[in-house]
Amino acid sequence: MSEPKIVEVKNVSFRYEKEWAIEHVNFSIDKGQFLGLVGPNGSGKSTLIYLILGLIKPNKGSIRVFDESITHFNKWKEIGYVPQKANSFNTGFPASVLEVVKSGLVSRLGIFRFLKRKHTQKAIEALKIVDMEDFAKSNIGELSGGQQQRVFIARALVSDPSLLILDEPTVGVDTKHVTDLYDLLGRLNKKNGITLLMITHDIGTITEHATHVVSMNKTINFYGTSEDYNQYNAQGSLQWYREQSDQAFVTTHKEVTSDV
Amino acid sequence: MFDVFFEYEFLQNAAITGILIGLIAPLLGVFIVVRRLSLIADALSHITLTGIAASLLLEKKVSGINNWDPVFMGMIFSVIGAVLIERLRKMYKKYEELAIPIILSGGIGLGVILISLADGFNTDLFSYLFGSVAAVSRSNMWTILFITISVIILVLLFYKELFILSFDEEHAKISGVKGRWIHLLFILMVALVIAASMQVVGILLVSALMTLPVAAAFRIAKSFKQTILLSVIFGELSVIVGLFSAYHLSVPPGGTIVMTAIVILISTIVYKKVSTLFWIKEEA
Repeated sequence: MSEPKIVEVKNVSFRYEKEWAIEHVNFSIDKGQFLGLVGPNGSGKSTLIYLILGLIKPNKGSIRVFDESITHFNKWKEIGYVPQKANSFNTGFPASVLEVVKSGLVSRLGIFRFLKRKHTQKAIEALKIVDMEDFAKSNIGELSGGQQQRVFIARALVSDPSLLILDEPTVGVDTKHVTDLYDLLGRLNKKNGITLLMITHDIGTITEHATHVVSMNKTINFYGTSEDYNQYNAQGSLQWYREQSDQAFVTTHKEVTSDV
Repeated sequence: MFDVFFEYEFLQNAAITGILIGLIAPLLGVFIVVRRLSLIADALSHITLTGIAASLLLEKKVSGINNWDPVFMGMIFSVIGAVLIERLRKMYKKYEELAIPIILSGGIGLGVILISLADGFNTDLFSYLFGSVAAVSRSNMWTILFITISVIILVLLFYKELFILSFDEEHAKISGVKGRWIHLLFILMVALVIAASMQVVGILLVSALMTLPVAAAFRIAKSFKQTILLSVIFGELSVIVGLFSAYHLSVPPGGTIVMTAIVILISTIVYKKVSTLFWIKEEA
């Protein structure tokens, strides 16, 4: 029997008021994949992430995460989420970096359980992964946008998730840290086996790192491997789909004639 | 100097109650301020006044009701107000702050009508507005002690949930935190603490005890726990100094408590400015 999908989106449509934000979206993520989600502004990428996280409910279709319907989902500790623009939070909030990272353990602990010294240790280890352990006692609002982004990645990693979802984590981050971030994600994906789903505008870069790509603009335009996506971009979508259908025809024709 | 506070029961009541609210008002105040709900305390204190007015009116008009403690009716109104605010916040999701002026003006409006219907009160309304060192009875003190213990237990039990909801509500949701229930529980605690604090600090100034010590702590704290600790220290200092000076100056404690809190706030602002200047000089 094949392993259950990490994420399975089936024929999902969602609208804000009267306008459809996404329509008839179908795709799935297998364990160990690094899936890049690309598309122009307003194409519904963040909406799709919100739907997968259960923050909003689809008008049509169904979503399963870790083989559970998202409406009854409770394995929150399996998911780490790094929101779009970490600096959209209240920067005046008087919390230390360590406190923010420790809050990532709430999903693992559940209600009526307290944060203990071992959890502080775990948060420091998560900060080490993103190279931010020296800032553990700093106030979160005093850090730069890129540093805050890394703290939020540490918060997502501290609960040892199997699926890490990142919403445009490279926005406002300098080139060096973007490279570091991709290296880190690559390590998490290959070494730690964490499945990744990442929204990005860096179409050129994402195909170098991701195993699969979903390109969407309200509906899905492309869903396949990164190599195929590069070809799809190089040839133009029409030519690419024509070739795909020709190949499929040749394969089917060959199979039919050989059967005869 | 402080001897009189051990001599007379009414002063003991005021002092013990003051110390208790000096602890719980800033403790909840930290969560109120970081969630940008500072005015919620004002709305709830005004609806508490409506409850007191209703109680005093009933006492005056309905025979057989003489020994009611108006504070309890104040608490009931405050709790109802808290529930209504949560409902309205849900209704006006994109304009959540609208809930506060609705309840605040509604509370004052109804309060004025009730006070007028009663043709004014025999009871000193002034003490409810600005606090009084003589207003707290022994039974009030026990009620406030019970509220204090309950609030401390609940904040300890739900600390991590309250923190995550205040810092990042979206993240709280995907961490499986039942935000709606925690919000309701929190606002009910706020309602009770406001009603409890009212007799010492007064309705018009109760929100100050929830926000001013927090504003001062914000200037110097590095972490959330430090903010809570400093807020409570500043709150206690304000209440103790305020009560003591109110008694000796024969003025309502609400005024002296709030002015002490203002002095602390200014001190922390100056301290922060001076320490930043020194840091810049050292760096240069």
